[in-house]
Amino acid sequence: MAATTNSVAVNTVTPVVASLLSIRKIAKTFGKNVVLRDISLDVAEGEFLTILGESGSGKTTLLRIIAGFESATSGELWMNSERLDHLPAYKRRVNTVFQNYALFPHLSVEQNVEYGLRVEKQSQTEISARVEQALAKVKMTAHAKAKPSRISGGQQQRVALARALVKRPRLLLLDEPLSALDANLRRQMQVELKSLQRDVGISFVFVTHDQEEAMVMSDRIALLRMGELEQVASPREIYSRPATAYTAQFIGHTNLLSGEVRNGVLQCSSLAWKTTRGDGPALLSLRPENIRVLTENGSARHGESVVFKGRISNRAFHGATELLQVECIDGLKFSVRTAHRTDSAGELEFQFDPADAVPVRESAERA
Amino acid sequence: MFSRAYRAAVTIPPLMWVMVFLVVPYFLMFCYSFWSVSASQTIVHSWNLDNYRQLLTVNVYWQTLLRSMGIAARVTLFSLVLGYPLAYFLSFHAGTRKDLYYQLVIIPLWVSYLVRAYAWKTILGSEGVLNTLLQYVHLTHRPLEFLLYSPFAVVLTLTHIYTPFTFLPIYAALERIPRNLVEASHDLGASPRQTFWRVILPLSIPGVLAGATFAFVLSLGDFLAPALLGGPSGIMISNIVVSLFGAAYNWPLGAAISLCMLALVVSLLFLSERLEKKWSFS
Repeated sequence: MAATTNSVAVNTVTPVVASLLSIRKIAKTFGKNVVLRDISLDVAEGEFLTILGESGSGKTTLLRIIAGFESATSGELWMNSERLDHLPAYKRRVNTVFQNYALFPHLSVEQNVEYGLRVEKQSQTEISARVEQALAKVKMTAHAKAKPSRISGGQQQRVALARALVKRPRLLLLDEPLSALDANLRRQMQVELKSLQRDVGISFVFVTHDQEEAMVMSDRIALLRMGELEQVASPREIYSRPATAYTAQFIGHTNLLSGEVRNGVLQCSSLAWKTTRGDGPALLSLRPENIRVLTENGSARHGESVVFKGRISNRAFHGATELLQVECIDGLKFSVRTAHRTDSAGELEFQFDPADAVPVRESAERA
Repeated sequence: MFSRAYRAAVTIPPLMWVMVFLVVPYFLMFCYSFWSVSASQTIVHSWNLDNYRQLLTVNVYWQTLLRSMGIAARVTLFSLVLGYPLAYFLSFHAGTRKDLYYQLVIIPLWVSYLVRAYAWKTILGSEGVLNTLLQYVHLTHRPLEFLLYSPFAVVLTLTHIYTPFTFLPIYAALERIPRNLVEASHDLGASPRQTFWRVILPLSIPGVLAGATFAFVLSLGDFLAPALLGGPSGIMISNIVVSLFGAAYNWPLGAAISLCMLALVVSLLFLSERLEKKWSFS
């Protein structure tokens, strides 16, 4: 997890490792519609960076600008010391795995993979060797002669990957490549893709709307919201220390508590605890798994913990855990994730460590 | 499901139509092609192959058939050469004006065929627009004779008339090409030119085949353009069929030639459909 250490900053990225791709103040407008607003982001050599965002956040547009299918309204793209945004797509050493794979239907699997080498006018021996190697890497050698329409979605996915990797790009762009696969295959491909990336050692820029996918695969996540970067950080950091309320809610599940600090005490409805923060309003994110249910025989109360009483109003079983909706008498509502079965219908006691309630910024209102 | 009466009501009328206006006439024509005409201009119902023998041995018939195929081939070639770039431009580069240009291509189809043929007559004639202009700018000193009443005039007119028919299927085929395939090609390092030859053209082949078939089949059977603009050297096989059924009163021979044409056209359609299937991937 090298990236964890080199991405402490929020929104402004100061990479320690040499950056391969540098996105500088990229903006894109379609007519009056602002799709991207001054995006600056660096992708390190060998990094798996995920651009995460809801539909309409501009993530695909950003990817298309990097690939060269779309031109930015302003800003620059650099790859090492080479200015990228003035080059047409076919002159960029960047390859893309498309959302629907975009395999050429009139060419066989093998011909699809060798396409990028043929247009480069590589020698036949070079082409054969590299195509064979690429097909072997994605375990598609047996289907080399098949037409794309004859193979399954997961297999098409692999061919698209081989077709891009055979070009030995320095940067691979992936536009929601797993969204068309069913859940099981998808989880399997997530793992495969990640290990493939480690194996080939090139940088991946992966676009997805699925926060779980982003968490599983990425070295770093760049969370995009309405055309602006909300936070750029490692999955662990973005989860445990979300910078904004939007990040906290979008990545994982959270309880947003709004309160007020006065004289070193944070007051949030009926709950209060000591804090070192200055006076003023406070917004906090508290993950459901950081709240514990106090059973009757009682796990010891720590001096630091905050305790509240509530009644379970709803419960959702997730297998390993259960998500409880808890209502307090004063109207406060909490989501609580517990690994133990709690059957009680009566009032229960809950507890959390105030250190787990992470202060977050209010997300800016944007039209 | 649908009642018997309903099914009968929707199927019987069109079937009757096809029977009365297609099957029966073709059957009669088939019979006629094996009969002959007596010296006293009556049809003799004696079965023989004389008409087919004449078609193959009398020079004027098979030569005209060959010339018709030559004219149809040239019309096909020219309408592809005109129609393909036009369709390509509209589909890939016309942007927001696409619909407007499309309508502009279609509008000539609203004008009667005859009007368009006559228009060419006034343009190409010795007193016509083109000759007058050429002499006015002193490029020529007397009217160019080959412009009108020649195979040239027929090819020109038919190309003008049938280019929209080649354009349409090519345009439809180009519109069906997913644009991310073009992007994928660029992404893999292919220049726009390489992308055209390796992706766009192969994927538009079904449209090209359909368009070429339209142009060839329609111009092969054409008789108005050669009658109006062809002159003696631009006569086509359909003009011969018309005169055999008309002035010459040799229905059996006319029927035999027609059936040969029909066989030719049907096998062409069959072949083109086979090829289109071979070239379509979905």
